Amino acid sequence: MSQKAKSRLEVTLIYLFLAFMAVVIGYPLLWTVGMSLNPGTSLYSAQLVPDNWSLVHYKWLFTDPASNYLIWYKNSVIVAIANAFFSVVITSFVAYAFSRYRFVGRRYGLYAFLLLQMFPAIMAMVAIYVMLNMVGLLDSLFGLTLIYIGGQIPFNAWLVKGYFDTIPRELDEAARIDGAGHLGVFFKIMLPLAKPILGVVALFNFMAPFVDFLLPRIILRDPEKFTLALGLFNFISNQFDNNFTRFAAGSILIAIPIALVYLLSQRFLIAGLTAGGTKG
Amino acid sequence: MSTANPTAKHNHNPRTAIILSILLAGLGQLYNRRYIKGSIFILLEISFILTLGEFLNYGIWGILTLGTLQGVDHSIFLLIYGLISIILIAFAIVLYVANVKDAKKDAIRLRNGEKIPTFKEAVKNIWDVGFPYFFVTPGLIMLAFIVVLPLLFTVGLAFTDYSQSNQPPRNLLNWVGFENFGRLFFETGGAGNNIWQDTFISVFTWTIVWTLVATTLQIALGLFLALIVNDPRIKFKRLIRTILILPWAVPAFVTILVFAAMFNDRFGSINTDILAIFNLSIPWLQDPFYTKIALIMIQTWLGFPFVFALFTGILQSISKDWYEAADVDGASRMQKFRSITLPHVLFATAPLLIMQYAGNFNNFNIIYLFNEGGPAVRGQNAGGTDILISWVYDLTFELNQYSMAAAITIILGLIVTGFAVFQFRRTRAFKEEEI
Repeated sequence: MSQKAKSRLEVTLIYLFLAFMAVVIGYPLLWTVGMSLNPGTSLYSAQLVPDNWSLVHYKWLFTDPASNYLIWYKNSVIVAIANAFFSVVITSFVAYAFSRYRFVGRRYGLYAFLLLQMFPAIMAMVAIYVMLNMVGLLDSLFGLTLIYIGGQIPFNAWLVKGYFDTIPRELDEAARIDGAGHLGVFFKIMLPLAKPILGVVALFNFMAPFVDFLLPRIILRDPEKFTLALGLFNFISNQFDNNFTRFAAGSILIAIPIALVYLLSQRFLIAGLTAGGTKG
Repeated sequence: MSTANPTAKHNHNPRTAIILSILLAGLGQLYNRRYIKGSIFILLEISFILTLGEFLNYGIWGILTLGTLQGVDHSIFLLIYGLISIILIAFAIVLYVANVKDAKKDAIRLRNGEKIPTFKEAVKNIWDVGFPYFFVTPGLIMLAFIVVLPLLFTVGLAFTDYSQSNQPPRNLLNWVGFENFGRLFFETGGAGNNIWQDTFISVFTWTIVWTLVATTLQIALGLFLALIVNDPRIKFKRLIRTILILPWAVPAFVTILVFAAMFNDRFGSINTDILAIFNLSIPWLQDPFYTKIALIMIQTWLGFPFVFALFTGILQSISKDWYEAADVDGASRMQKFRSITLPHVLFATAPLLIMQYAGNFNNFNIIYLFNEGGPAVRGQNAGGTDILISWVYDLTFELNQYSMAAAITIILGLIVTGFAVFQFRRTRAFKEEEI
């Protein structure tokens, strides 16, 4: 076989494999869309391409008095905004101190962050439940947000600190000569230059409440206080085959905006993660 | 050394300052003629003792005894009060040591005849030295109460007899030492009595297999796709990359639940639409073996896009010079891959790849959402596909075996710590002095 024919065969095989991947990726996603357009609620009678498709489930989510979908959307957005904002504030404070100052306990603090970021929240669920109960924050969005903000510190402080380390110290010194103090350097030098990584942190923490169902499940009880993920999960966790089509419709409405955000910002997210990961 | 200094006070003794500041925070500072600082320290210490003394006393008693009056004392609350007391005392000790060090430093300065700073200078000094501490304080407090305290609580729970049949407030808990770990590892009684040991061994084995196989597959697929898409002969790269990233962009809990429906034995589309063509019907959710296969396939589907995106970025940054030099030397494609591409890619992403393994080791979501750890298996109290973390969840929230769950959590924590240590060693940052 000539060199050229071999090359052509290779390229063809690559395209075939990519086409296969596209089918494997696309099938479940399109299947979900198909389900959401089925008029019935049962998974059994649902068809991938429904004969008489309808938007009845979407309509139900928004207009039916029994639907809390919009309330869940609102709850999720509130938690997401608060989580993104306060996480960025607290994390950048911590990261600034760890990046620019040498103080007693700094090294152990960094080790502790690396270790703590590996511990998943479930390991401490019982205590979180009992403690929120003690202070009366169980079943409240405030309590949920508080846990989110605290839990993200180790991972994100490490990420942001790594980014701050790449900002040249000469800039700090120049600012100090111009009369900037500790806060001046932070607000005028670090924050503006670290916008990309702070954007990553804000985005991650904004997304968390939309995609996490475990913590809300343990903390929230009242359906009016549910976040989207928990509410949707309850559509099908009770009677599996009864509300699946409704679940599919509700899921698509959150999956589309989230997927768009991820697709548009993926380069930026990956760059942020590798910067923090490799530069330490 | 300071004999030439006329203001030096040779009779000012740093040791006296140290002893005084140990007796009562601030006394040493008063002796050093730092009156404002000394008064503030004294005020802080007295108010600390007055407001928290009783609480600390109660907390320490509580954590030692876990309560003495059945029906009145709540052992779980006492455990938490005790841990809070210990954290507060630890903070106080750190501050106290700082106070003693401060007294010593000021006393030496005074003896050497340095000028006592004015109030304004002192405030500025505190601001400069204390700045990093002020800045980490909000984060540190949240971390202490939201992350560290709950973890300590879990550790404590593992050494108690908190179970479904022994729950506060009706009953008191007791410290039982390593009894729970003993049950987990060694309990081999008569028939059916060694359920913990059997379950632990089977769950642990599956956790390891799951972590290694699922993660390695997702990394391998991600790497392979990154390589072939990066091939210069391939067109429509942007479109292909967007499609390949999709599984990462869609929220995982949605896709896992969708897969759970698709793999449904009776009416899922895998059996009714795809396998029906070959006249097959596989019990995906009834047979542990097939559930495991399905889980590994789904995790590969979910996990490869992130690795793909990561590797794509790195591949584009490898300088072409390397490959040209290799071509001159007549290297084969395999040699170029092994000696240039792979080392570059792995070096840049090692910490994130370790995180992938750690992530799957604790991947509660997929196990729980797909089949709640099931199907059930005879002779053990975990489902056939439960990994350690989902077993802990079941034990806690379904079976209420709190202290056994906590004991398993500690084992989990030790393994995770192993990952973290590996991470320290491997991460470039820790090889360099400056971190």
